[in-house]
Parts: sequence; C-alpha cells; structure tokens
Amino acid sequence: MDRKWGVVVLRLEKRPTPSRFWLYATPPVAVILTMIAGGILFAAMGKNPFEVIRTIFWDPLFGEFAFYLRGQLLVKAGPLILIAIGLALGFRAGIWNIGAEGQYIMGAIIGASVGLAVFPTESRWIFPAMVVAGAFGGWAWAMIPAILKTRFNTNEILVSLMLVYVAETILAKASTGFLKNPEGMGFPGSRNFSSYPAAQNAFIYEPLGLHWGGVAALVTAVLAYILLTRHQAGFQIRLAGQAPRAARFHGVSPARLVVLCMGLSGALAGLAGMFEVTGPAGQISIDFNTGYGFTAIIVAFLGRLNPLGIVLAGFLMALTYVGGEMASTNLGLPDAAIQVFQGMLLFFLLAVDVLTNYRFRLAVGAH
Amino acid sequence: MTRPELLRVEGITKAYPGVVANSDVSFSIGEGEIHALLGENGAGKSTMVKMIYGLVRPDSGQMTLRGVPYQPGKPAEARRLGVAMVFQHFSLFEALNVAENVALGMENPPPMRELAAKIRAVSEEYGLPLDPSRMVGDLSAGERQRVEIIRCLLQDPKLLIMDEPTSVLTPQEVEILFKTLRQLSSEGTAILYISHKLEEIKSLCDEATILRRGKVVATCTPRDRTAREMAELMVGQALKTPERRLGAKGEVALGVSDLSVASPIPFGTALKGVSFTVAKGEVLGIAGVAGNGQDELLLALSGELKSAPDKVRILSQPVGDLGPVERRRAGLVAAPEDRYGHAAAPDMSLVENAFLTAGVRKGLTKNGFVDWAGTRKFAEEIIAAYDVRTPGPDVAARALSGGNLQKFLMGRELMQGASVIVINQPTWGVDAAAAAQIRQSILDRAGEGAAVVVISQDLDELLEVADSFAVLNEGRLTKPRPTEGLTMDEIGLMMGGAHGMEVAHHVA
Repeated sequence: MDRKWGVVVLRLEKRPTPSRFWLYATPPVAVILTMIAGGILFAAMGKNPFEVIRTIFWDPLFGEFAFYLRGQLLVKAGPLILIAIGLALGFRAGIWNIGAEGQYIMGAIIGASVGLAVFPTESRWIFPAMVVAGAFGGWAWAMIPAILKTRFNTNEILVSLMLVYVAETILAKASTGFLKNPEGMGFPGSRNFSSYPAAQNAFIYEPLGLHWGGVAALVTAVLAYILLTRHQAGFQIRLAGQAPRAARFHGVSPARLVVLCMGLSGALAGLAGMFEVTGPAGQISIDFNTGYGFTAIIVAFLGRLNPLGIVLAGFLMALTYVGGEMASTNLGLPDAAIQVFQGMLLFFLLAVDVLTNYRFRLAVGAH
Repeated sequence: MTRPELLRVEGITKAYPGVVANSDVSFSIGEGEIHALLGENGAGKSTMVKMIYGLVRPDSGQMTLRGVPYQPGKPAEARRLGVAMVFQHFSLFEALNVAENVALGMENPPPMRELAAKIRAVSEEYGLPLDPSRMVGDLSAGERQRVEIIRCLLQDPKLLIMDEPTSVLTPQEVEILFKTLRQLSSEGTAILYISHKLEEIKSLCDEATILRRGKVVATCTPRDRTAREMAELMVGQALKTPERRLGAKGEVALGVSDLSVASPIPFGTALKGVSFTVAKGEVLGIAGVAGNGQDELLLALSGELKSAPDKVRILSQPVGDLGPVERRRAGLVAAPEDRYGHAAAPDMSLVENAFLTAGVRKGLTKNGFVDWAGTRKFAEEIIAAYDVRTPGPDVAARALSGGNLQKFLMGRELMQGASVIVINQPTWGVDAAAAAQIRQSILDRAGEGAAVVVISQDLDELLEVADSFAVLNEGRLTKPRPTEGLTMDEIGLMMGGAHGMEVAHHVA
C-alpha cells in the first residue's frame, strides 16, 4: 500500500462503464499522436517532417502516382486484414497467438507445394485445392502451440513466436532445396506462379488491386463480425476473454476454445500466405515473408479487435507501408524508421486506450 | 454503569459521487464498552469504521479520542493512538506462517523468536490457541481470524473494531470469541462491533447505534429490545416472514452418492464422500463455515467440476461426467457465490448475462445463433419480477450494486423452470426486504415441485427455508436431518464444534 499525502497526484480511476467516446476516439487520437512523434523523429533525422508525413499519408491516395499506388493499398491491406481478424478472435478470448508470421509462411509453403507438385497440369481444381492446403498449413502450424498449451500448459505466446523462426528456416530450405525451381539456373526460389495460370492468384480487378486474397479478407471480415455479435461461439469467445470463470460456468471448455481460436487464426494466416505467394509475391523465396504476421497484431488492436474496425485499420496500415516505401525511395528514409513509425502507432494506441476504461482524476491527499 | 468516554463521533458526513455514505452521524463509546454498529448492507457501517481507522477521511464532522481531537490520516496513525481493526476479509499471506504474517503488519517487528513467544503469550492469555509456526494456508477461517485478532492485541489497543467477525465462525467458535471480547472489555478495551446478526448483538453488546441509509435512526440497549424490534429499526418497515408451504415430497430429483473430487482452487478443500438426495419440493440447507468445500460442491453440481457419471444424478439420469450445458438441459440450474466474474461477467450487459446461463433452458439459440431479442425479453422479465434497480437491460453488470445484481442473478436461475436448483449464498449482500423476497421465491419454486439445495453461511436463513439440514465440514457432508426440531447446539456440533478451542478457555 503506497499512499501519497499532502501532494496533488494524478490518479487513474476506473470508469463504472467503458467510455463509448474513447472507444471510438482512441484510434484517430493515436494516429495523430503518431504523426506528431513520428514528425519529431523524422525532423531529428534531418528530414522535413511535413514532407515525410505527406508522402506517407497523402501521396498514395491523391499524389502523382496515386493511380498505381491506390491499387497497392488493397494488395497490402488484404493479408493484414485476413490475419488480423483471426488474431482478433483469439485476442478477444484471451488467447495470444503472436506467431501468425510463421503460420503465414507455412500456409504459403504448403499451398505452393500442392500447386508445384502437379506442375504443369492445367485444371480448375488446382487453385481451390491450394487454397485448402494453404489454410491447412497455417492451421497445422498453429496447432503446435495450441496442443502444447492444452496438454502441458505451455505459454502460447512464446511457443507460437519461436515457431516463426522455425518456419523461416523451413522457408529457406524450401527456396534453396525442395521447392527450388529446377529451371532456375541455380538461383534460390521456386517456380514463378505468374507463368502457371492454373495455380495463379491473378488480379480480378487490377486498378483496385483486387485478387482472391482481398475478396477473402472482406468476406472474412463480414463473417467474423456476424460470428462475434450473433453467434454463440462469438459470445463464448468474448466471455472467455472477459471473465474466464464465468465462461466455464456458461459451459465453455477452455481447451476447446484454445484449439478453435488458434486454429482459426492459423488457418486465416495460412490463407493470407498462400494468396500472397501465388499472387503479388509470385514465388517462394528466402525473404518471401515481409512481416505481415507481426504488423497484423497492430492492425488487430488498431481496429479495436472488431472485424469492421480491422478493415479500416488494415487500410491505414497499408497506407503506411505504401507511403513508407515511397518515403524511403523518394526521401531516402531508412526502412527501420518506417517500422519505428508503425510501432509508435501501437504504442500510442495502447496508451490512449487506457482512457476507455479509466479516467484521470486530480486528487489531493491520502487515498 | 457510566464509563469515561473513549471515542466521540460528532456530525460525521461522507459522500461519494452519487451516494451519501454517512450523513451527520454521531455516537460515543465509553472505555471498555462493547458498542454495536448495526445496519443493513449499504447502511454506511463500513464507511464509518473506515473513517475511525483512518482509511477514509470524513467530509465534515469531528471525532475526539479521550477528549483530544482525533483525525487519523492513515491506519498507522490510528494504530499508534490505540485503535485497531479486524477486517471481514483477512489480509493474510497463505504461503507465510502465522508469525511472519503478524510481523508484516508491524512497523518495527521484533526478532522472529521474540515475536513467536509474544504471540503464544497473548494467545494463551485470551484463550485463542494459535501456533506461530503454522502456515496460514493450512488454517481454518476461524484460526485465520485469530491471527488477525492477535495481530491487533499485540498493539495493546484501547479500541478494537471488529467488522462482521462471526460470519466465518461456528456457533461454538462464536461463543469463545465472545468470551475473549468480554474479557477484553473487562480489562478496559472498548470494542466497536459491526454486525447485522441481532441475537449476537443482544448477547454481547452494551449499547447499539442503528444506521439506516447513512443516518443514525436509533440508539438502544440491545438487551432491552427484541431482535424483531431492532430489525424493523434497521429496515425501517415491518418484516414479512416467508410463508412455508407444506407440500408432499415427491420422488428424488437430485442424487449425489459418495462424491469425492479434488479442489481446482489453490488452498481449496477437496470433497470427500459427499452423499445426499433431494426430493421434488424439498429444500436442503447446507451450512458450514466458509472454505469447507462450499465452492467445490457448487462446481461439482453445476458441472464445472466433473466426476464419474453415477456420482451425480438429475431425475435419475447420471450426469457426473457432463458439463454445465448438458446439466442445464437435464434440468439443473446453479448460482455460484461470486457474482463478479463467476456467476456474471462484470463488463457484459444484463442481456448478455441473461444469456450466460439461460440460453439452454429458455431456447435462446437457433442453429448456434443467439436470439438476442428473446434474450432481452427474458432479461426485462427478470428485472421486472425481481425489482432490479437498473436504467435498463443494456447496462454492464458491474454498474449495478451488489444487491441489485444478486437479485438479477437469482431471478435468472429461478425463472428458468428448472427441476433442480442449487444456490450458494442466495442473499449475500442483499438488503433485508430483497432477501425476504428471494427466500420467498425459493420456497415458491420448491412449492411448484423443484428440488432446491441452498448453501449458506447464514444459519437463520437456512432454518427459515430448509426442510432438511446438513453441514459441510472440511469437505465432508453430515447426514441430512429434518430441520424441524434442530437446536443451535446440535447444529454447532454438526459444524464440527469449535476446533478444539473449548480447552483453551478452561485452561485460561
């Protein structure tokens, strides 16, 4: 018990009910604070902060190359949304899958393997089979931490995270070994799916950057929203996260919930990986993964763990990706600065988020 | 008998946002006097004593201790001036031993060996046997209370505040505690005794101050009043005694045979060979001091804790290995004691909390989708039938006062038309009028043919509603006996007596 008396102290006081205002105000406030702190960072690096912020947030939408960059938005947002929705379901239930990056890689490898195994057969069933295989790859990879947790009570955060590095090693092996393009003249990397139509995830509508991954992301968002608000399983997910003992009293089996949530988030991450490798990335390569699985954690929280919010957050984060790339090529900003900038967003979000459940009170004296 | 004045409280007022906890409260306590502070839950007793103990500061009014202005800014200051307090909820570390726990509460603890000797000396002097080297986690609730009392006595207090001390004791333990308190009083230590148990106050206290909604409504000498008179002063209205119906008992609806399960709760109590049956229309009351397996029994009946199939039968269907959902389907509803986080999800709305247990029996799901409109209707029915004070069904459960939430949760279980109803602490924290209503609904459900198990630490409550009576003691259940004709002494013996405390007073 530490008590301060005789001085004015700033106290955090729990609100009787969560503030609806701050629930919705938190993301915009966090974005603004990120711009300010990021601006200071860029200024300290000797760049014009206004120019950098404009390059990141304005140019991709309305700048000179917007016609191309706008399409890139959905290309980047798609996988982020798909992964983040899966993560959000688990986070809502208090199940912390931090290893979506690994599940994304495994989904890509398994999905691609199915396609490459039958190369060069042409059949309309190949791509759907690859979709299923991709989801399976992510699901299976997520089952490792899930089963270890339910059987041996291990910590899913650590296990899923460490499995990312295992997956990266398998990826390196795949691109230099078992999936290496036999006609690749010794270069690492698999065959390119752009020259294999039956297995390719081509653009459905290129100006918008829409491919099957984008369709899947948007459909998943709607389905997840319905699941959370209307379905019993969604109720159980929310209940388990808020009041685990009440969830057991309701009849939720904690082990089944872990398997369900880890499985769902793994499968969605696997799907994202599969759509990416067969579409925008084109091939399995050593550096195929670009951190979507980690960035999706930010997207999930930025979207308030709400599927529709995640769609908006996914586009915002895609903006920082696309704009960030512009900033690094046009203004010579290092990639690391952009990553710091994205990280700031999560930092400010979590900090401002305190105001949803708490309010500040000026207090004088003891208690 | 006039005593020199020890503590005078004058015109104390304390308001919290939205509620006035105490308004213009005045009373005084003489040296060596045992003074009762009487009132229902929420009458402002706890706030009052927290101000005396320096945990809360009054907005206005003053206190004097032996004629000197007294304004403790923190508990340490109150202790230095000779005011000590035993809380209702103990602040003890289970993984430390008695002496270590006592040392933690002291400003300058003496060396352990010396302290242990002191603890022994005080415990013998006041007939409170306690081994300083025992782990607190292994102690019974009554023994834990002794740790708290001895911790206070080591400071040689002039005023000892006791907040609902008997709620965790068996009748025999209560008698021994009272002996200790009377001995302290005769040595000149005043005691401020907080309770709503009127018979205790009649037998122990010299004077009583009765609070209702934060105000002093009466002062009286408890010996000269009947319990009913004091109760009506406390509640401010005439009390209605629940009506008992005399219906024929039907066939057995809930059967538990030789049920033994380990406790999932740290430092919990395993159930050992629990057997009983409850017939349709019967109310079985299960008494016992808290922590003797009540929570575990509720978990084992609700389905959160599983056992072999035939250990628990609902309407002769074996359900021991089934979870809560299947047991509800079979006809059993259960209400755990802990409202915040177990019986209810505090951050969810009342509608969502209604769905929490009523989904199965009220048919509120279709193909896995929740019928929120139907659930809302059910929540509104509960709110209306049980007079739950809330702005509406959409507010979060934690926004309701404890008593109001309890009414809602009781309504939720009692309005599902179940054939077996299991309730742990049905009226805990509920005001007297609402408690009477809840007990009446329990009797009504039994009258309609439900088999009811009521687990409670309130013996008066059990004697009021139960047809048969059993006691949980260290995870074992005594053989249920008809309530009719049971005496308090017999009940006390069923509760395991006084855990060897009688001896101490004979010696002392």
